[in-house]
Amino acid sequence: MVEMNGSQALWTSLKKEGTKHIFGLPGGSVIPLCDEMLNHDLRFILARHEQGAAHMADGYARASGNVGVCLATSGPGATNLVTGIASANIDSSPVVAICGQVARELIGTDAFQEVDIIGVSASVTKYNIQARSAAEVPYAVKSAFHIANTGRRGAVLIDLPKDVTTEKMDVEFPETISFRGYRPVYEPDRREVEWAATLLARANKPVIIAGGGIISSGASSELVALSEYLMAPTATSLMGKGAFPADHPLSLGLCGMHGTYAANTMVPEADVLLIVGARLSDRTTGAISSFAPNAKIIHVDIDRSEIDKNVETVTRVVGDAKNSLQKILRHLNILRSNTATNEYWRKKCQELREVNGVSKTNGDYLKAPEVIKTLRRVLPRDSIVTTEVGQCQMWAALHYDAYLPRSFMTSGGLGTMGWGFPASIGAKTARPEAPVVDIAGDGSFGMTENNLATSVKEHLPVIVLILNNGMLGMVAQWQRLFYNHRYSAVKLERTPDFVKLAEAYGAEGVRVESYKDLETTLNRAIKSDVATVIDVPIDPEENVLPIVPPGMGLKDALMEA
Amino acid sequence: MANQNIIAFLVEDKPGVLFNISNMFRRRGFNINSISVGGAEDHVSRITITIEAEGRALNQVVEQLDKMVDVIEVKRLDQLRTVVRELMLVKLRTVDPMAREEALIHINSYHGLILDIEPESVIAEVTGEPEKLDNFLEQVKSIGVEEMSRTGITALERGRLKLKRSE
Repeated sequence: MVEMNGSQALWTSLKKEGTKHIFGLPGGSVIPLCDEMLNHDLRFILARHEQGAAHMADGYARASGNVGVCLATSGPGATNLVTGIASANIDSSPVVAICGQVARELIGTDAFQEVDIIGVSASVTKYNIQARSAAEVPYAVKSAFHIANTGRRGAVLIDLPKDVTTEKMDVEFPETISFRGYRPVYEPDRREVEWAATLLARANKPVIIAGGGIISSGASSELVALSEYLMAPTATSLMGKGAFPADHPLSLGLCGMHGTYAANTMVPEADVLLIVGARLSDRTTGAISSFAPNAKIIHVDIDRSEIDKNVETVTRVVGDAKNSLQKILRHLNILRSNTATNEYWRKKCQELREVNGVSKTNGDYLKAPEVIKTLRRVLPRDSIVTTEVGQCQMWAALHYDAYLPRSFMTSGGLGTMGWGFPASIGAKTARPEAPVVDIAGDGSFGMTENNLATSVKEHLPVIVLILNNGMLGMVAQWQRLFYNHRYSAVKLERTPDFVKLAEAYGAEGVRVESYKDLETTLNRAIKSDVATVIDVPIDPEENVLPIVPPGMGLKDALMEA
Repeated sequence: MANQNIIAFLVEDKPGVLFNISNMFRRRGFNINSISVGGAEDHVSRITITIEAEGRALNQVVEQLDKMVDVIEVKRLDQLRTVVRELMLVKLRTVDPMAREEALIHINSYHGLILDIEPESVIAEVTGEPEKLDNFLEQVKSIGVEEMSRTGITALERGRLKLKRSE
């Protein structure tokens, strides 16, 4: 027991959890917290809008695998965090959000800057906690980190009334914490493993879909081993990008609405489909009836509630991806000494990989897929790419080859425009030695571009590569393809001059109109001490292809448009 | 109770838990027919719900509840091995002495209790399985039901079966 106030208890607890960086923006109810922070060895990265702070914490968490922490004041500060918290939570990214709150006696009186953030955030967090005394603060922090960073990871919010941060009490710091109702299952059931292995051993046309769970649990090498053992072509969900090396001969690439021809052809033809750490959203499966109609589906997930939620499975394995894949492999080794290599199936994988979607384009614009392939050629293997949302995101998902886990990060579940740029700043904080590039569109970048100030001030030089089509491109693409080419509310027409905008913030701005210039500019940007915004004009009519029309099956993808 | 399923669960008895549970039901579009909540031992509340869902949908309700941090145990109760009760209070209009006579007969035949007698009304307490309460209401409809309140069901499994897994 030591006597200290709630603020001291908070920072001491965070240090004990290993926190070194906090992303945030202060306000009235967190002034005592910010004052006390000066006495602790922590780096505070000042965002220019709380949404950015939450995305930075999310990007930090995804790049490092450690919990990202963000801080905001009560009321509007807290509500501004909500989009960021929701984006992190649905993508199972471990983020702890700390919100100020009005003093305890004012709660419920509609006081200045009071918002019931516990109520507001309930649907978009894994858990949330209000600390009602200084003595509860260490327990709140311990609980938040424990819940955010175990089982299926997610976002946890801590609500701290102002007078809790100033009151002095005897506090103690728990070493561990447990909840009667929260016991994540890491070890899979033996019978489930054996049954899954038996089905896989009998497969003639096995396919694997790997999701973000592989990255969370660090199971990439087990995934590669299993894929090679079974000779199973392996696709990924959007969140799984990087889980399986894109240059592996068995890699099918992305599966789903904007999946590759190879993935979207082979998944529906599989006789056994193994899904690991993916929650099979509508964007990954297309129409469920034609997703994998002939396959026995095996689903491995740490979150039991994801199994049989969207797709009916034959068998399940509840457990951590790494443990589960290890055990499945071990049992496969017992079941059969050598693999009955399915040469035809493996060859088919290779052939289909050569097929790409083709968009009509006009003029001399650079082509988005080529821009992204150029980026890939220039960047070192272990670089980090984040994306905004929309066409830029899907081009990146299709054409940027990710080789390593945590090297490609995107707002998959929520599809939050404006996510990529602050997330790239968070990623750069976690891995300052790695080049970090946000693949952006002009629409998305506009949503959080003010974080250029943070990037420059905090010496976190990231690269923003804008595929600039003057449009809200994905909506425009849908209007071209599915709404008789009637544009409604998508022409941006007056976007800022991004070169001048970058310069106004003290960053570098470059407009690029040839692949050669792009290479030179990227090479310079990688070495630059400040952020570089690279503006690449592209054809406003260029489509992301393939696309599975809404409501259709994976095999119904449009390849040309 | 034909296509009604019963789920019983234990939750931490602390502020906001009931909100989180009902919020989850609303968010996932689960439609609850009845819910009853009461304290149990050791800072735990026991909640019993009935829901019209089957197969994978029913499974999702159980799994989504189980996933919640403050939900300690969840179980779908097998109705053949479960004792189910609901309590109902009914206020009947009995201005007419004949009506009062008839009301008392029905209350008696359903083993109900009379909790209050006023010149113009009586309040009866009837307990039983929900179908029994439905039947009682049907019987007394012609007399005139002024007001009624039902608790929603509560349930316990028979014999050795219980909700709490042994530690």
